[in-house]
Amino acid sequence: MGELSVNHLLGIKYLNKKDITLILETADNFKEVINRSIKKVPTLRDVTIANVFFENSTRTRLSFELAEKRLSADVINFAAGSSSVKKGETLIDTVNNILSMKVDMVVLRHPNPGAGIFLSKHVKASIINAGDGAHEHPTQALLDSYSIREKLGEVAGKNVVIIGDILHSRVALSNIFALKLQGANVKVCGPRTLIPKHIASLGVTVETDLLKALQWCDVANMLRVQNERMDISYFPSTREYTQQYGVNKTILDNLDKEIVIMHPGPINRGVEITSEVADSDRSIILHQVENGVAIRMAVLYLLASKIN
Amino acid sequence: MGQKVLLTSKEINIILHRLACQLLENHLDFKETALIGIQPRGVFLAERLASILKTEYGVKDIALGFLDITFFRDDFGRGEILRANTTKMDFLVEDKKVVFIDDVLYTGRSIRAALTAIQSFGRPRSIELLTLIDRRFSRHLPIQPNYRGRQVDAIGDEKVKVMWEGNDGEDRVYLISK
Repeated sequence: MGELSVNHLLGIKYLNKKDITLILETADNFKEVINRSIKKVPTLRDVTIANVFFENSTRTRLSFELAEKRLSADVINFAAGSSSVKKGETLIDTVNNILSMKVDMVVLRHPNPGAGIFLSKHVKASIINAGDGAHEHPTQALLDSYSIREKLGEVAGKNVVIIGDILHSRVALSNIFALKLQGANVKVCGPRTLIPKHIASLGVTVETDLLKALQWCDVANMLRVQNERMDISYFPSTREYTQQYGVNKTILDNLDKEIVIMHPGPINRGVEITSEVADSDRSIILHQVENGVAIRMAVLYLLASKIN
Repeated sequence: MGQKVLLTSKEINIILHRLACQLLENHLDFKETALIGIQPRGVFLAERLASILKTEYGVKDIALGFLDITFFRDDFGRGEILRANTTKMDFLVEDKKVVFIDDVLYTGRSIRAALTAIQSFGRPRSIELLTLIDRRFSRHLPIQPNYRGRQVDAIGDEKVKVMWEGNDGEDRVYLISK
């Protein structure tokens, strides 16, 4: 009846439109569950999930862990920093050792693009990509679509602009795939140096003028400048970046219409977005976080049902 | 494949009125009672009974909820995955007299799941079960209805299908054999 076309969630690229609809609709049910006074259901009580994080994370990791616990799964957490990875163990060995303890699913975050895809070919477990380098972050894109749908009724036909460091952003890529699949119009906006060369081949348009982009859109998804992934200088200074691509209240007040502001976090307040905007009524940043739990419950539930 | 009519719309109407009267006898003004339709198909029966109680027997307020049991089933990962339905419970069942309402009682597993699911909404004073059709000899669990429309002896591979006017165009119950 309602089954995903995939056994792993490695990226939005591998999903079809029906999969996305199924995930978002299942998340509706879980959103109702997590707003009950007792927020837990026993569905995954015989499923064990390992959260394997080779990269830092606050929201994604807490959100996955909470989603797993709300579904009554058994959870083990692995952080690479305090593990035998430091002693030279390979990714496959690390994960196979975890799996030999009878683990059914792995939530993986890794700095290398394609780490999840690689792992899914070599280990026997359902893999969920929780971010692989600058490649994909599928659950973030799903929760972003869910939040847009919740706020504006639907994603199809909406104008969405993704602003900032597109080059280093897995959130941008996953969002582009997800939004295009659902029939939204997508623009990316940022300094030329932070926009990948062939981005137009994904069916998006490029706008370097922030005001024009904001004037066009219904939703602006603000991204953080990922200094940790930059080995060279992509713009003269943070101050100059903020002057050209930072969103503040004055800019929003001067637009013809009210637009929705999103941000996947973590926010660099005062750089890509001012506190006044981040904490305003136009921002749905904290709704995104709440919806993240419901979306991850939906993904875990749908993939776990395919384990046997 | 054969199909036999178990109940006609006239018979269903008589049974619904009888069930409404039986509920009335035990629950009087329904102030402490919550009627809960089990999703998906119990909802139609719950709505019909609530509407009969209101329009024909003058009951003013009835707490009517719909409970989805998908996430509480005991067969997760053992067959096809079922789409969840909406749970609509605008009230807590704490200290209420709850009546579960479902169209067909078969193995009893759905009701087992509902007994767990209802715990998320408080601790009811009591829980009763009302079903339109009670399939005898097919229970997997020690669960019996307090109110039953019609008892049916159906064997394993036969199916009981309940149709509702509001949803399926007619009130009718079929026994379908392979």
